[in-house]
Amino acid sequence: MKKRVPSLAVLAAVIGLLCGCGGPVLAPVSIDVAAQPAQNISAYHLFKDAAHQIPNDGVLPYDLNTPLFTDYAAKHRFVWMPSGTAAQYNPDKAFDFPVGAVIVKTFGYLHDLRDPAKGERLIETRLLIHRQDGWIAVPYLWNETATEARLALAGARVPVRWTHNDGSERAINHIVPNVNQCKQCHDSGGKFMPLGPKVPQLNRDYDYGDGRENQLVHWARTGYLKGAPEDLSGVPRFAVWDDPTSGSVETRARAYLDSNCAHCHNPSGPAAPSGMDLSYAQTDPLRIGVNKTPVAAGRGSGGFRFGIVPGQPHESILMYRVRSTELGIMMPPLGRVSVHEEGAALLDEWIGEMNGE
Amino acid sequence: MRVVIVSAVALFLVALQGCNEATQDRADLASGVDAASPPRPPELAPATQKRDGDVASTIPPGPDAQTRIQEAFILAQPGAVIQLEEGHYELNMQLSIDVSGVTVRGRGMDKTVLSFKNQDQGSEGIYVTGDNVALEDFAIEDTKGNGHKSNGADNHVLRRVRAEWTGGPKETNGAYGMYPVSSKNVLIEGCVSIGASDAGIYVGQSENIIVRGCRAERNVAGIEIENCHGADVYDNVAAHNAGGILVFDLPDLPVQRGRDVRVFKNHVVDNDVENFAPKGNIVGTVPTGTGIMIMANSNVEIFENEIGNNQTTNLLLVSYLTTGREIKDANYYPYAEGIHVHHNRLGPSGYAPAGEGGTLMAALAGSPLPDIIWDGVVNEAKLVEGKLPAELGLYIHDNTKTEGELTYANLGGTKLLSEPQSVTVQRDLAVHAGELPSLKPITLPEIAG
Repeated sequence: MKKRVPSLAVLAAVIGLLCGCGGPVLAPVSIDVAAQPAQNISAYHLFKDAAHQIPNDGVLPYDLNTPLFTDYAAKHRFVWMPSGTAAQYNPDKAFDFPVGAVIVKTFGYLHDLRDPAKGERLIETRLLIHRQDGWIAVPYLWNETATEARLALAGARVPVRWTHNDGSERAINHIVPNVNQCKQCHDSGGKFMPLGPKVPQLNRDYDYGDGRENQLVHWARTGYLKGAPEDLSGVPRFAVWDDPTSGSVETRARAYLDSNCAHCHNPSGPAAPSGMDLSYAQTDPLRIGVNKTPVAAGRGSGGFRFGIVPGQPHESILMYRVRSTELGIMMPPLGRVSVHEEGAALLDEWIGEMNGE
Repeated sequence: MRVVIVSAVALFLVALQGCNEATQDRADLASGVDAASPPRPPELAPATQKRDGDVASTIPPGPDAQTRIQEAFILAQPGAVIQLEEGHYELNMQLSIDVSGVTVRGRGMDKTVLSFKNQDQGSEGIYVTGDNVALEDFAIEDTKGNGHKSNGADNHVLRRVRAEWTGGPKETNGAYGMYPVSSKNVLIEGCVSIGASDAGIYVGQSENIIVRGCRAERNVAGIEIENCHGADVYDNVAAHNAGGILVFDLPDLPVQRGRDVRVFKNHVVDNDVENFAPKGNIVGTVPTGTGIMIMANSNVEIFENEIGNNQTTNLLLVSYLTTGREIKDANYYPYAEGIHVHHNRLGPSGYAPAGEGGTLMAALAGSPLPDIIWDGVVNEAKLVEGKLPAELGLYIHDNTKTEGELTYANLGGTKLLSEPQSVTVQRDLAVHAGELPSLKPITLPEIAG
């Protein structure tokens, strides 16, 4: 039998492990856009320390102003682009990323929402890989110790539990979507598109360890973004949904709807046939759902006549569906099995304040 | 849809209360249309090509079927056939198909059963977004939401598929058995849909559609074509629903001006299931026992159907305005125009008008309700010397009644909306003499395998 020669990458990884506290000796990120998705996430060298979500060099962490709710999961977001490439700034939608770019989103559950220091259990990491012919979505499922994650094309369900912010114990099945279901949200006019990394979401400070900096400025300064305006004062910025100092109830509610609903409910999204557009830019009340009749809502209408009844959140179909966890009724239809009480409370407040005249 | 004459007539109804005793006499059903006679077998030849490609994967039932089927759906290459075997597949998550040119084939709608009884993820059983996808010969049972949905999936085929809620009609059943939306070229043939809490077979905002040789039973609506352009609905049986076949156009939607729909050679009979739509649901106001209902569509041809034993009415033609709902959508056109009703064979109907709509209509037109009811609402802006241009009219001719005389009512037209208490119901069919040119048949392209 032929003697196996360890590859350089394996050697490097072994050395990396042995060195432990040494410098960054992990092989650089490796994305082959022509290849089939790797069976194990480690093949991409995205993390120095996966269990603690410490990224490899060039894998840039970022946050969003008002993210999508996913059952109180903690999320770790990163982006990586091939050396010498940059995303093209775009004021209105997700940036145009170069081929080879990877967007990384890890889902974990804190053991105790009241005390992040108690640690978290990682469940899955979803990669969006930008290939020549467009984006593909690839879900990976972490092992118990979060040392390796395996490809899970068909999705999975993982029982998780945590101590909630009111001290109660919560237990749910976290559902990892299959790759097709990824597209059910990441679809714009039939084309797979990233959702989070757009201007109003990224326009915020991030603590990079060596200082805080606006993310757009940082991306531009480090070469990940081109075409961004020098002066960010006129650049759109979403309010932070749960930070009243960041914006009015309305701007926070609209940002929340944008990130939780508008990926489908926009004129070129999968929910376009509903006639409801919950993107931040929509200004026509009817399109947002005000006094809009339901169409194919089925059981989702809950006995109510309009999407939003100004001043009457409890008579609004939107609130009925946001507060439901029943399939066929709940909105969004994927990505959660529990009610986002705090988000729903914000929407209640927004509709409650609406003038019916 | 909030069907008939609700707020407009409410006042009038109040005035009539006390003297309105809708007769509950049931007509003699035995002399009615024979519900049991099956539709002719669908002519399969012209529409699509059968895909006889290699079977890419064969997946038997078993504990790993969910994962294996979904992986096969993801990895399939165009032309692939994914074969499902005889047996019961216990699935708990939505299956989805985003690749194009794939056929999923079972061993028969009573032999290969995908059961979603324990589903806890996804609002459909099968969700299709790829083009040129064909689903054949299996059943989708007990989904939490819709049985099937295809969204923006062109050249989509459902052939001999059954979607059913096995507990019978229940408010908690999913909305639609089969639900193509925003699609071009849709073929649904030889399918069965049972128990949907909205419509058994529902095609929305789509273009170029054939629904034929299907059986829709015990749904709220049997077959519904909504905001579509070009549909042939024929050789179907719509029985024991609340409403048999509905052709609707609704406001607030990206695709409007529903038009060019032919409804022919269907058996629309015994629609007698009490409307079990969830409270407030728009289809919940279709009166139990409505045979065929047309709302706010243009160019609809209804012919050679057998329509009978429908307790509210056999055929109902209305404008959206008659629903009494406010229209906020400036682009919406609420009128039914260019309607051509001919050579239908009508059985008993109108003997027990049901629901709010049925009661209100009976208050106007008396009970039993007539076989054919038109709200009479026209777009007055289009009148020339008091008459609609010929191509926008309603034409009713050569229809027959199995027993007794065919009856008709025009509920009063625009006055119905403003002064319902003073409308004069007209019953003379002679004013609808004449005809429109036949609509062109729908043809579908061959679907590439």
